[in-house]
Amino acid sequence: MSLKDLRGRIAIVGVGTAGCGEAHGMSDLEILGQAAKAALDDAGLALKDVDGLCTANLNAAMWPLNVVEYLGIRPKFVEGTNVGGAAFVAHQLPAMLALDAGVCDVVLVCYGSTQRTSSFGRKERSAARNLLDPEPFQAPYQPFNPPSSYALIAARHMHQFATTRRHLAEVAVAARKWAQLNPEAFSREPLDIETVLKARMISDPFTAYDCCLVTDGAAAYVMTRADRARDLQKQPVHILANATAVWHRSVSSMQDLTVTPSKESGERAFAAAGLGPKDIDMLQTYDAFSINTLLALEDLGFCKKGEGGSFVEDGAIAPGGRFPVNTNGGGLSCVHPNMYGAFITIEAVRQLRGECGERQVEGAKTAVVNGNGGNSASSQSTSVLATADVL
Amino acid sequence: MQEDAKLGPEAHYQAQLNQGRFLIQRCSDCARHVFYPRVICPHCGGAALQWVEAGGAGMVYSTTTVRRKAEAGGDYDVSLIDLDEGVRMMSRVEGIAPTEVKIGMRVRARVIDQKGAGLVVFFAEDGK
Ligand SMILES: [Zn+2]
Repeated sequence: MSLKDLRGRIAIVGVGTAGCGEAHGMSDLEILGQAAKAALDDAGLALKDVDGLCTANLNAAMWPLNVVEYLGIRPKFVEGTNVGGAAFVAHQLPAMLALDAGVCDVVLVCYGSTQRTSSFGRKERSAARNLLDPEPFQAPYQPFNPPSSYALIAARHMHQFATTRRHLAEVAVAARKWAQLNPEAFSREPLDIETVLKARMISDPFTAYDCCLVTDGAAAYVMTRADRARDLQKQPVHILANATAVWHRSVSSMQDLTVTPSKESGERAFAAAGLGPKDIDMLQTYDAFSINTLLALEDLGFCKKGEGGSFVEDGAIAPGGRFPVNTNGGGLSCVHPNMYGAFITIEAVRQLRGECGERQVEGAKTAVVNGNGGNSASSQSTSVLATADVL
Repeated sequence: MQEDAKLGPEAHYQAQLNQGRFLIQRCSDCARHVFYPRVICPHCGGAALQWVEAGGAGMVYSTTTVRRKAEAGGDYDVSLIDLDEGVRMMSRVEGIAPTEVKIGMRVRARVIDQKGAGLVVFFAEDGK
């Protein structure tokens, strides 16, 4: 069996979000539970139908145990691999294999974090993580991570190609314009390029507008086999392919700062899907930082290496532009609760179902979802999703 | 070096730095240099890694200025340095303003003491 044999055989049949923005007084598990319920309701399924679970969390090494206990489920398939924020895209392939093999019938992929409003703050958590999972060859130099690692990537991209801070600002402004069309987005006030350029630097060449939000949020989606999906209440969105590539951990071990593992995951995913970039109606990519969007456009083949900057000029990826990217407003303007991979998947599903109201991409049949994980584009997971008529 | 013979590569590297010596590894199987120190060569999978003195010369591969309030110590440089041996490491360039550190700049290593531990930092060559 090859990746190609799985093409379209598994579908996403339910999606849900909860606690996006600020979820005062709630815990990670509580909003995760709400999102899981919303996703199952959306599918017309119940918790008792769930016999497969994919989940991960930055704070708990054995997070699937917490979720199993909290939801009161007894899954036959559990996948808790944490490759960073790309995890909730990377969970798709193992879930596809398990579903296709008949090991289980309904897989719930879920995540929740109240990092923004939690009393146990970001500072304490990042200190605890540094203690438990040290980076001895970087820590003495105090990179302000993750921004500094992605800033090093952006600086190199700018040096090697004709990429400018204005190009990065185009990404942030496009994300904001999409967010203004999305009632669920956290940052919806107007933003222009000059404001981004004039803002205070965090880690050069990034200002706060080049960096993702710090919000609460939970997301869940439900996967099942295509034959079963046909009988459920919502129009299924088929997974034509999913592929993951992991190349390194730390930015100092990243071979070429201008090339991410999306180059590999994208090639594998497109080959299995039997489609190429020109066949794709939209990209939902993990924009942890503005540079991520440029890297994804290049590495996935939507433009040539080094041309990401010129690709996004003049609002090309904003509403009304030639290629819709991050139509929910992205991690930059919609929601970013630490690990964001499930949200890009959900936005692609909502778009392909035609549920996106003002921000709907008309007639969209195909979408690429591209997850990013780790402090330096360390892991990438790429999926090609499509409506049934593309099969 | 003999006294550290029982230490793993990571501890040995630090112990040598603490004595002012900057060592990296070289693989006897594939002849490539390795950083950070390991028990297995990430290029070829071999285990024949030997310690060699780092030449100390290198070039800034990328750089960022981390912005920090003046009362907390002010802005500082974080750079990735490509050593002439062909390995890359994170470090910082000292002796010039962090915003003056540029990609492509030639730099030279120096082992300093930071909070009681040896640490490799870099200074710009040609008097900059
Ligand atoms: Zn070797």
